[in-house]
Amino acid sequence: MYIYMGHMKYEHTKPYEDWFWEKNRINLKRAFVSKVEPDSNVVVLDSGERLDYDELIIATGSASNKFGWPGQDLKGVQGLYSFQDLESMEADTKGIEHAVVVGGGLIGIEMVEMLLSRQIPVTFLIRENSFWNNVLPKEESDMINRHIRSHHVDFRLETELKEILSDDNGTVRAVVTENGDEIPCQFVGLTVGVHPNIGFIKDSGIEIDRGILVDECLRSNVNNIYALGDCVQLRSPVKNRRAIEPVWYTGKMMGETVAATICGQTTEYNPGIWFNSAKFFDIEYQTYGYVSARPKEGEECLYWEAEDGVRSLRIVYETATKGVIGFNAFGIRLRHQVCDEWLANKTPIDVVVSNLQHANFDPEFFKRFEYEVQSKFQAITS
Amino acid sequence: MSKEGFSISLASPHAPDMDGIQKLGIALFTLAFLFTLVGVFGPAAHNPDLFFYFGFVGSVIGLSIYTVRTFLNRPAGVQNNHIFTSSLTNRGLWGWALGIFLTGFYVVLYWGSDDLWSGSPLVLLFDPISRGLFNHPPDRWFLYSFIYTVSILIMGVRAILKYRHSNYQIIRTSSIMFFQLGFAFLIPQFLKAMSQPEYYFSYFWPLDYDILFPNSVDALLSNGALGVWMLIISAVLTFIATPILTYFFGKRWYCSWVCGCGGLANTAGDPFRQLSDKSMKAWKIERWLIHSVLLFIIGLTILLWVNSYLEGGIFGSISHSLTKVYAFLIGQAFAGVVGVGFYPLLGTRVWCRFGCPMAAYLGLLQKYFSRFRITTNGGQCISCGNCSTYCEMGIDVQSYAQRGENVVRASCVGCGICSTVCPRGVLNLENGSTHTDRQNNNPITFGNDGVGLRE
Repeated sequence: MYIYMGHMKYEHTKPYEDWFWEKNRINLKRAFVSKVEPDSNVVVLDSGERLDYDELIIATGSASNKFGWPGQDLKGVQGLYSFQDLESMEADTKGIEHAVVVGGGLIGIEMVEMLLSRQIPVTFLIRENSFWNNVLPKEESDMINRHIRSHHVDFRLETELKEILSDDNGTVRAVVTENGDEIPCQFVGLTVGVHPNIGFIKDSGIEIDRGILVDECLRSNVNNIYALGDCVQLRSPVKNRRAIEPVWYTGKMMGETVAATICGQTTEYNPGIWFNSAKFFDIEYQTYGYVSARPKEGEECLYWEAEDGVRSLRIVYETATKGVIGFNAFGIRLRHQVCDEWLANKTPIDVVVSNLQHANFDPEFFKRFEYEVQSKFQAITS
Repeated sequence: MSKEGFSISLASPHAPDMDGIQKLGIALFTLAFLFTLVGVFGPAAHNPDLFFYFGFVGSVIGLSIYTVRTFLNRPAGVQNNHIFTSSLTNRGLWGWALGIFLTGFYVVLYWGSDDLWSGSPLVLLFDPISRGLFNHPPDRWFLYSFIYTVSILIMGVRAILKYRHSNYQIIRTSSIMFFQLGFAFLIPQFLKAMSQPEYYFSYFWPLDYDILFPNSVDALLSNGALGVWMLIISAVLTFIATPILTYFFGKRWYCSWVCGCGGLANTAGDPFRQLSDKSMKAWKIERWLIHSVLLFIIGLTILLWVNSYLEGGIFGSISHSLTKVYAFLIGQAFAGVVGVGFYPLLGTRVWCRFGCPMAAYLGLLQKYFSRFRITTNGGQCISCGNCSTYCEMGIDVQSYAQRGENVVRASCVGCGICSTVCPRGVLNLENGSTHTDRQNNNPITFGNDGVGLRE
């Protein structure tokens, strides 16, 4: 998104300088894989070239979901996951007058922000009655609803896509919603989630379900083939983690795990306490531990929101033990190590609240929030 | 991605249609600037009041109105849209044009003859402010000092508006503006007006390289109590205050809070900060170059004192020639012509990063004896690249952040922009409780409990 918005160029997004690969004796090859042949230990490229391997690691990420809408393959209709998606978005949004983004998740809201940066008016359709409310509790979701509207987005809740209409050249000209509205547009972003990108290994003999099925050591049913990242489906997920986790750091952690195994120290994948982050226009979001969208049985929470309506903190704790189990921070920054330690130890909420300054990761001179949170806590507990 | 159109805007070339106030600002700026130009080609020499107030001051007001309105029209938050698609800020036609113009200006400023400058309408244009405030006629150095200060003030306001979601940036930018206006402009100009040494309290050795030369010391000493006091302050700032402040706060207390060179970079230069070279190769050149300049000036200062003590007995005129070489190559060509002239081509901190001996000295202190570090927040880095892209010192911040490693680098001036532009709250400038706990060298992603380093 930062390339599209002009914050960066392609080269700025590389994780390492180009010399890195050769220096570390990694042969970086840019190609598409069309087939894997586990029996002969060969990967076949779309050029027809065949590469031998001793150990194979598959890390092919995700592909964007499409749910069979009429017109979903028209020109100007796409998801956003890869660099190739970015290139087509760049080409297909040149000089257009209106865009529609379908699907209220993390990629959807980024796509809206991207389009707005080019002064392209956007209609943002989401199925739910509030933004990302299958993940965010009501207050946080409301905050983002307000924030989206303050950025002049035509934001339509509880609105589902019915079909996408074509012009004479096979390019999108409008979308039609389930309630019959026709919205003229020249570009449609479909951001309704992702699924493991494993089409090319379907008949290879590598066992798959929704993703590549792997054991605790991230090994597939074929002994010398591993998989990691978004394309993986864990046969037995570690407690509190999902079988498929399309988030940026699982690939990193799984990579470190597989590397240990291949280098001779058989290691099981053991991600610690869940964390995630995102940015919704100007509001940063961090979460640690487990904060569910709707309060669960046996849980209570402390929720503080600043008067400006763009900063908030939610701490979830067990009613019985008072031990903390989750943090949601909006517009403020929390220190990962400190939250992780509190969650691992299920530190009691009163201890956490009175030591909140240790978890504050906001830059110097920022308005402190601890005092307000502490007052709020006293108010609900007294 | 392709470059789009040309825009001279320092704000956002794709901004929504301008409103009435923005248009008024631009109109005022354009008219007043053209009027100033007319004056500079002659008439300003005869009627400086008219051209200064209706030309120069008018264009400053017009530009300020436009800038303030443009930024306030957008919500507070990171505003880097279109920086790499705009010709001015991505080394396009306008970037090169501005770079050549600035470079040319510095060449003429430093090396133009006195005939060229004395009585020039460009200098006389500033007669009203020079006489009004300090009661002496302007010369080219007054012109330079005044424009430099005005640039820091106007573009400082712009930086404050651009980064208004960050109190660190607001306070830091205000500090830069304060020190430039008071310590690098008003005080020295008043001293000069009162026939005292033109002393800059915000510059000291080795950046103000000749302040500790024997000649300067003699001159200050012969100036009585004020001179002696200035000399003592210089020595204390260089040898006592600098190590102590750097130990507690890192080199930022000077480089991005006080120094005028850094001040210009972080205000007028802010639109160009992303152009610094982040490669490992540039880092290698940096280390050789900046430490060579430091050794050069230390050696030269010692040489001059030995020579002075021996009354020229051994080194004769060599030290004198070396002083001239340093003044020309480092003091003028590097610090001025390249340092500022190349803003739109090489980014804003070329001098601070590759040449400044003060930065080298502060850097050594920061690297080996300081509590300052940029903390990386656990495993939250998504490797987006914003921090490295917007680092004016060319530090590949991301290479540290994505390994979960704190950034401890000699060159970091602590401007805080990496932390400001980070979309995930990963980076924070911190002064720890000691200098020994700064480096955390566990490259395993934080939160990956299954993997550890071998003993």
